Amino acid sequence: MMKRVYAKEEVCIGCRLCEVYCAVEHSLSRDIIRAYKYEQPKPEPRVTVEEKEHISFALQCRHCDEPLCVEACITGAMMKDESGRVIHREEKCIGCWTCVLVCPYGAPRRDLSRGKVVKCDLCQSTGREIPACVEMCPNRALVFEER
Amino acid sequence: MSYVVIGNSVASVGAIEAIRKVDKKTPIVVISDEPYSVYSRPLISEYLSGKVGEEMMNYRDSDFYERNRVTTKFNVKAVSINSRTKRVRLKNEEEIEYKKLLIATGGIPFVPPIEGRDKDGVFTFTKLDDAKRLKARVESFNHLVVIGAGLIGLKVTESLRQRGVPVTVVELSNRVMSTVLDEEAGRIIRSAIEREGVEVITGLTVEEITGKEKVTGVKLTNGNRIKCDAVVIAIGVIPNTSLAKDAGIRVNRGIITDSTMKTNIPHVYAAGDVTEGPDYLSKGNRVFPIWPNAYIQGKIAGYNMAGVKREFTGGIAMNSIELFGVPVLTAGLSNVEDENLEVLKKSEESTYKKNGYT
Repeated sequence: MMKRVYAKEEVCIGCRLCEVYCAVEHSLSRDIIRAYKYEQPKPEPRVTVEEKEHISFALQCRHCDEPLCVEACITGAMMKDESGRVIHREEKCIGCWTCVLVCPYGAPRRDLSRGKVVKCDLCQSTGREIPACVEMCPNRALVFEER
Repeated sequence: MSYVVIGNSVASVGAIEAIRKVDKKTPIVVISDEPYSVYSRPLISEYLSGKVGEEMMNYRDSDFYERNRVTTKFNVKAVSINSRTKRVRLKNEEEIEYKKLLIATGGIPFVPPIEGRDKDGVFTFTKLDDAKRLKARVESFNHLVVIGAGLIGLKVTESLRQRGVPVTVVELSNRVMSTVLDEEAGRIIRSAIEREGVEVITGLTVEEITGKEKVTGVKLTNGNRIKCDAVVIAIGVIPNTSLAKDAGIRVNRGIITDSTMKTNIPHVYAAGDVTEGPDYLSKGNRVFPIWPNAYIQGKIAGYNMAGVKREFTGGIAMNSIELFGVPVLTAGLSNVEDENLEVLKKSEESTYKKNGYT
């Protein structure tokens, strides 16, 4: 079993701060002003708030047990590590967007400025124990737990 | 006794990874007529263009075989299968007994009987060695003709253009990528190709490759001639079934399997481009020579070989590829005219979307 991020749509207010904090967490400076105002390429969030009328929730990689993105990736950039995380090794990504095509959740995002895919790594690369989106959500609409 | 896999590309990896999830002990032997650790076939065009180096071609980490306790027999061809004694015979006369066998011999380029196809300067483009052969001579080409405007033909054209080689593409059908793209999408791609200075000729094909020993040109079906010093034949790939046929395994276009990826011969499975496996949409069998399908079929075969029953739910055609700066994503029957389909289309300045619903 592994911990995953789960959304509680009944308390999500669609503020999109998870997107902001995710982008900052994965930026070079990890500073909100510098990341948004001065970093080139601009850091991309790895979480998307899906919103329609009064329903909203944050969606990121589900770290599937049998991830289609890993099975379909043509270069081996996508892999499932021993802890169960689906990890995207950007240095091996050529931006073919096959994972974008096959992911049933629409989780991998295109970073067009770098020609590579970006996706949630549960903040593994940044050394956080609790992902930034979960910790910074002002209404606790995201939880990080085993289910 | 071992699990034996003939072929060392993505289907083979899918099988190895699945087997090792459920059986850590039984030896696995992989046989390949290529000398390389598993590499990404779709990346050979990026290798030719110089976008990626050989080290980037590796599809799995360098400890893949060791970690999965796989014995490799590389650079040696499997020449026959004896399903009665359950043995595979190699070119070097070695015989390997199998507990379960997976045939994952992939596809081979389809080369029609064009006159002059054996001349020096005629290439195909499916393996790393094909890309190496082309790359070694790419500086010397003044003009090159690519036969076929499918996926492989257009990717090799793009790479050659990036290397500065003038290219003419000749395609028998009336548009590029005619198996997956409709007319409008085909037009978008064609204009992107032509913008890069590539000549695209449709509705014709090459009747003869001319020259003495070396290629000096091609003659088209309308009698026109094009001067060139090399030709890449990229009409398509066909399942590499000769080994299976000789062993009495049931083959139509590809090796016929059931939903567990088993052939008609006990203990023998097939996966990947060599296979005519279940088709999700038609409920019959079909060859799907695409990467994700090969991994998934390999995985299903691997589980079943190791005694865990899993079923392949059926292949779906799908491709994601960037051609001359235009990303193209297709899935399912992306190019059918069927009045029972409800089709939604949206064309904007630089994007074209089309969805069909039944």
